[in-house]
Amino acid sequence: MTTVSSAEHTRRDFLYIATGAVGAVGAAAALVPLIAQMNPDASTIAAGAPIEVDLSPITEGQVIKVFWRGKPIFVGHRSKKEIAEARKVNVASLPDPQADEKRVKEGKDQWLVLIGICTHLGCIPLAHQGEYAGFFCPCHGSQYDTSGRIRSGPAPTNLPLPPYEFISDTKIRIG
Amino acid sequence: MSGHPTYQPQGALMKWVERRLPIGGLIHSSFVAYPTPRNLNYWWTFGGILSFMLGVQIITGIVLAMHYTPHVDFAFKSVETIMRDVNYGWLLRYLHANGSAMFFLAVYVHMFRGMYYGSYKEPRELLWILGVILYLLMMATGFMGYVLPWGQMSFWAATVITNLFSAIPIIGESVVTFLWGGYSVGNPTLNRFYSLHYLLPFVIAGVVVLHIWALHVVGQNNPTGIEPKSEKDTLAFTPYATVKDSFLMVCFCIVLAWFVFYLPNFMGHADNYIPANPAVTPTHIVPEWYYLPFYAILRAIPNKLMGVTALLASIVILAFLPWLDTSKVRSARYRPVYRQFFWLFVVVCIGLGWLGAKPAEGGYVIASRILTFYYFAHFLIVLPLLGIFEKTKPLPNSISESVLGKAKAGAAALALAVALGASMTPQAAQAQGHDVAQPPQLKWSFSGPFGKYNQAQLQRGFKIYREVCANCHSLELLSFRNLAEDGGPGYSPAQAATVAAEAKIKDGPNDAGEMFERAGRPADRFPAPFPNDAAARAANGGSLPPDLSVIAKARTYERGFPWFVIDMFTQYQEQGPDYIAALVKGYEEPPKSMNMPAGMSFNKYFPGHMIGMAAPLQAGQVTFDDGSPATIDQYSQDISAFLMWAAEPHLNARKRLGLQVMIFLIVFAGLLYFTKKKVWSDVHA
Repeated sequence: MTTVSSAEHTRRDFLYIATGAVGAVGAAAALVPLIAQMNPDASTIAAGAPIEVDLSPITEGQVIKVFWRGKPIFVGHRSKKEIAEARKVNVASLPDPQADEKRVKEGKDQWLVLIGICTHLGCIPLAHQGEYAGFFCPCHGSQYDTSGRIRSGPAPTNLPLPPYEFISDTKIRIG
Repeated sequence: MSGHPTYQPQGALMKWVERRLPIGGLIHSSFVAYPTPRNLNYWWTFGGILSFMLGVQIITGIVLAMHYTPHVDFAFKSVETIMRDVNYGWLLRYLHANGSAMFFLAVYVHMFRGMYYGSYKEPRELLWILGVILYLLMMATGFMGYVLPWGQMSFWAATVITNLFSAIPIIGESVVTFLWGGYSVGNPTLNRFYSLHYLLPFVIAGVVVLHIWALHVVGQNNPTGIEPKSEKDTLAFTPYATVKDSFLMVCFCIVLAWFVFYLPNFMGHADNYIPANPAVTPTHIVPEWYYLPFYAILRAIPNKLMGVTALLASIVILAFLPWLDTSKVRSARYRPVYRQFFWLFVVVCIGLGWLGAKPAEGGYVIASRILTFYYFAHFLIVLPLLGIFEKTKPLPNSISESVLGKAKAGAAALALAVALGASMTPQAAQAQGHDVAQPPQLKWSFSGPFGKYNQAQLQRGFKIYREVCANCHSLELLSFRNLAEDGGPGYSPAQAATVAAEAKIKDGPNDAGEMFERAGRPADRFPAPFPNDAAARAANGGSLPPDLSVIAKARTYERGFPWFVIDMFTQYQEQGPDYIAALVKGYEEPPKSMNMPAGMSFNKYFPGHMIGMAAPLQAGQVTFDDGSPATIDQYSQDISAFLMWAAEPHLNARKRLGLQVMIFLIVFAGLLYFTKKKVWSDVHA
């Protein structure tokens, strides 16, 4: 008698658990579209395609801003002096050690291409300003050198480099 | 009739919370221990379904609001962006649009159930009135939501409904201007409707709390209409009512999913895929089906002020139902005469709904008047008198005693629906007597639950579009990248980029401040053949070639009764492609009696027959690489399939997901059915 009732019990419990589990799976699956819709939509992704920038009009010492994926990209034409300044520093002493050579394309030392967003909290640094005559962020005083490396202030890392390549001597493709 | 305070918080934390905020006890007494009459039938599950649907509408609505732009220039396009580009955007929008219709379906069942079983009678008058307020709020919310996509139906619904207020003597015109925020329906109107459409659902949720509160004070009515007398007459809300409600809720979701995944535009109007145009009213404007009975009442009365008053009165009269019905017996089960009048009333409401969808002319108007008269007579004459003259059946002593007897209301409803359907057929056929030819129903690879686009056909259709249609028609909602996306013609990204590069796109300004032309990129939209509408008209003898992006959903033809009912089951959704395929080959010599203006052609499928487009396709005009015949038949089907894809690019994904959801829901419903049987087994024993 007891065995029958416990088998009956098990069968009933199994049914309840199975029903609850299927319901839970359904509820979880229903969350997928509700969450996925927050990600960039297809038109935003398509608009984030690579852009081409013509370097020929940028004169020595000039930094221009272009936009890629809604982010300002700094394209700077550095002078000999600025390159020399960026290279004479002791790399190991920097807060985020990285050699200037690693931050430009080989043989294109004069072209500095950066994502112009302060790594502290996202403000746009000003070019040719600050103690190192590189970039200075007016929001919280971060100082970057002529290679876009952090030298002092609250920003934790160097200005990041966007993916880019030279498609000719005077043209780059960002993205 | 609150439940017994049996809630005992478990654990130190729950005890700590419970002493400060007895929320656990409230939930327990309201949704666990709350006693429900043991004889509630499935008609009582619609209250739960309505709460669920309100949740679905609020959640999908909040999500859609993240992508929608309430501006006359962007509203239509932003809705199309949701349909095309937002991840699962098509699902969310179709859920929201069909969800509103299903919400109304559920509320009508809920209301008729209340009427049948006399759920509005003492002491539930306030509960009923709160329900009427909820229904009014739902109507306002549904109407304003319908305006937001800013299609032709949206715009003209906004115009017609706001103009109802112009019937108010003296101040009417000022009230309408106030509602519009301008001298016509425009951007301020759209903006405020959007704001209110977001607000009202939360007002509804608030009134629902009052509705449920009032319900839990007076307790639920039940099929016998007599109050529970002892513990034997009731069952705890959980698990008994919970599992029963859940089972029918999932069954209801199956119906919802059927529409969302397989017939998403069945309950909408094709005209709403045409962007709002303040200069042209669609020839046949009707509201959504759930407003049709009231629309029929409005049109039945030939006086503006009286018509609007009748429309309002037909809803407000519901609030007085508790006093208009003078009978002491609640349930129609023990009121044999009232029961017949109840079903007659249901038929009248459905009849009014049918008349609301018909043109306001001839016999339809007379029928509307008769039914409108009966609608009011039901409340003002039949109900008050029945209470006096009806001889009711003896009531059972208690609910538990009556459980043995079973109602056959469901069968009666079905029989009535069938009878009603049969009675309508000849009239409907008569109304079909327009002289526009019916497009033949073609076979499409994308029809039915397993349908999907034929890639080769879409590629051929695209070739026809590029070589023929694109000379006059734009396709401005589509981008070149779409050609390479899943579920489309199946071009590679490189092929799509090549197609794009052949197009000239206007861009700029450049550094010199000048606009320039450049080669297209995949992200660019298809450029229009004409710089603006005026240029397009000038080049086409005064006719504007419509944009083809959603034309396959914006065109349809009248199906009529009983076909539109059959279509629901056969999933016939291809009116658009059928119409287009017929139209492009429907050119004939005009009949002698017809005077064709210069530049117009005779087309037997085009409404009015005079079409500004000359026969667009000639045999041999386009050659296919895959060896398909260069015939007009082939062309007409390929271009229609291509345009269907252009209008509904995620159809493949929709039907694939639909199958998964259907299987899931059916399995879940089955499990819930057996769970319900198990839970209830000790009750029926």
